[in-house]
Amino acid sequence: MTAPQPDLVCRDLTKTYDAFRAVDHVSFDVPQGSFFSILGPSGCGKTTLLRMIAGFQSPTSGDLLIKGKSMIGVPPNKRPVSMVFQHLALFPTMNIGENVGFGLRQRRVPKAEITSRVGQVLDRVGLPDVSARRVDQLSGGQKQRVAIARCMVLEPDVLLLDEPLGALDLKLREHMKVELKSLQAAFNTTFVYITHDQSEALVMSDNIAVMNNGRFEQIGTPHDVYHAPDTAFVAGFVGDANKFHAKISAVNGSQLTLETPAGEPIKVEAPNPNLSVGQDAVVFLRPEAIALATSDIGDTVNGSRGEVESVLFNGANSTVTVRGGQGDIIKVALPQTGDFGTLRKGDTVFTRWDPKKARCYPAPKG
Amino acid sequence: MASDTSRLGFYLLLAPILLWLVVLIILPHIGLFVVSISEKIGPREYETGFGNYATFFGEPLYWRTFARTAIMSIAATALTLILGFPIAYYIAKLTRGRTKTTLFLMCMIPFWVSELVRTFGWMILLRETGVLSNFLQYLGLVNGPVEMLYNDAAIMVGLVYTSILFMVVPLVTTLDSLDDSLIEAGYDLGGSSAAVMREIVIPHAMPGIVSGCIVVFMLSLGNYLTPILLGGKDSLWFTGMIYTQFITRFNWELGSAFGFLLLALSSLVVFLGLKLSGRSLSETMGRS
Repeated sequence: MTAPQPDLVCRDLTKTYDAFRAVDHVSFDVPQGSFFSILGPSGCGKTTLLRMIAGFQSPTSGDLLIKGKSMIGVPPNKRPVSMVFQHLALFPTMNIGENVGFGLRQRRVPKAEITSRVGQVLDRVGLPDVSARRVDQLSGGQKQRVAIARCMVLEPDVLLLDEPLGALDLKLREHMKVELKSLQAAFNTTFVYITHDQSEALVMSDNIAVMNNGRFEQIGTPHDVYHAPDTAFVAGFVGDANKFHAKISAVNGSQLTLETPAGEPIKVEAPNPNLSVGQDAVVFLRPEAIALATSDIGDTVNGSRGEVESVLFNGANSTVTVRGGQGDIIKVALPQTGDFGTLRKGDTVFTRWDPKKARCYPAPKG
Repeated sequence: MASDTSRLGFYLLLAPILLWLVVLIILPHIGLFVVSISEKIGPREYETGFGNYATFFGEPLYWRTFARTAIMSIAATALTLILGFPIAYYIAKLTRGRTKTTLFLMCMIPFWVSELVRTFGWMILLRETGVLSNFLQYLGLVNGPVEMLYNDAAIMVGLVYTSILFMVVPLVTTLDSLDDSLIEAGYDLGGSSAAVMREIVIPHAMPGIVSGCIVVFMLSLGNYLTPILLGGKDSLWFTGMIYTQFITRFNWELGSAFGFLLLALSSLVVFLGLKLSGRSLSETMGRS
């Protein structure tokens, strides 16, 4: 017995436009029933990648397999994938039932069966009795669910989602994140979701691929991508991070000592073998990895004294920016436990952080 | 005070259109109608009655010409739609930016020339000593000169050519507003090209199709120049018949009756077209 084959496999998929390479040798596979996100800034090639999976664009080279079958040269209407479009693309000339039944009509399913299957799938997305309504009579969240139902009624092997939450307001978006995840679990279908919003990707995915300039920088679980980013780009793009430029002054196994341009020493523990003494490096440090104290804690590793530059209150995500002795500014998460409720601009604070919590990468050239 | 002045402004703005409607459309039509129901019983002696209309139905040449005009106009409209739709689809959906503007302009440029000149252009092409005839002889496909003017096909060519712009413009406008992702969604959900066209593109383009068809039908029905020049003396177009009654026969009473019958016909066909497509006139005109 071999392991069940993945629903979707991409091998060295490349798309080149004239001189521009939109997707550059991307390889990944998505196991059956998992939620896979492709996260990247706009223009990174994620939409091109998704459109190649859907069949609207053909790759310049590489192979694409769905359930073990190559999809090269197969037109979009013959592929076992469905796509939820960015603006949903519900047909305004049809009512909800006709929209959801569109795919089944194309497959020449008998009329009575279409009606019952449309009813079932609308039930499953929690929208019974909307069949006769027009598209513009539904709210944003309901349209979203209809768009998913329209795809799921066809029982696709892979469902592609092209930033479908982008157009919703914040509250609804938060709600739909949870709902999408539970719909995915209920249908047990493979979802491939593209987004530029890291929180959507982190909350919903089983695996995340972080994409930049047409390449995958890292594929991993949300936890890995957040806590153990492979590259400087991932560390900077996923989550908030303080970024320092420094020069490596000593390497001792995984223990690195760096020196900031201002001459301040930093100690980082990073299992990165590509770093050597004298090299320029960038250090990323999460705001929540920095401990804050109002009184001096003595001479500890990576401890420093600073002055509160500003307090940015944002509920549980509140931060303070602290100006260090050399004028460098770092962002520190502000615990809302009440200890720092009185912190004001100009107060003196002490910061320190664990060398294991920081990440260090070679500085990009140029 | 404020409401008085704004009301005055409203009436002032309304005045030109009211003037145009009343003086140039409603009054002449009332006049024509009055003339059409006057029967001539002797020199300068008239009697009110529907005798002129009875003449129309009693004389086969008249009502056959009438029916022929209607059928040819409907056929011309259908042909214009069949030819115009792919052109409009190509311009609206398959081209971008400069190419789009250029193609759209190229559709319009012939209409900068007067209709008369354009029709003469067709005569130069189609007549016995014309370009096409000479070309066929040069190729050796025919032995002698061929007359391609003065038949129904020539009329049809002329009608389609004169009115295709009025089909393409509303179609491009409505097709332009069709989101490409709807077409992609149709394919993605397993639709064939024909199904996507039938279920997504055409329903969306319906307002444009209906308004284009109404305009083209009315233009064809009321066209005088094209059928007369390209169809010759035997063109048997109803507008030609009205002209004859007014100008040649000096029978204004019958001519007016014909005019009213043509008005009734075009209203009826437009009404039927709207009923068939399930749209209302205000909806159609408002959206395109």
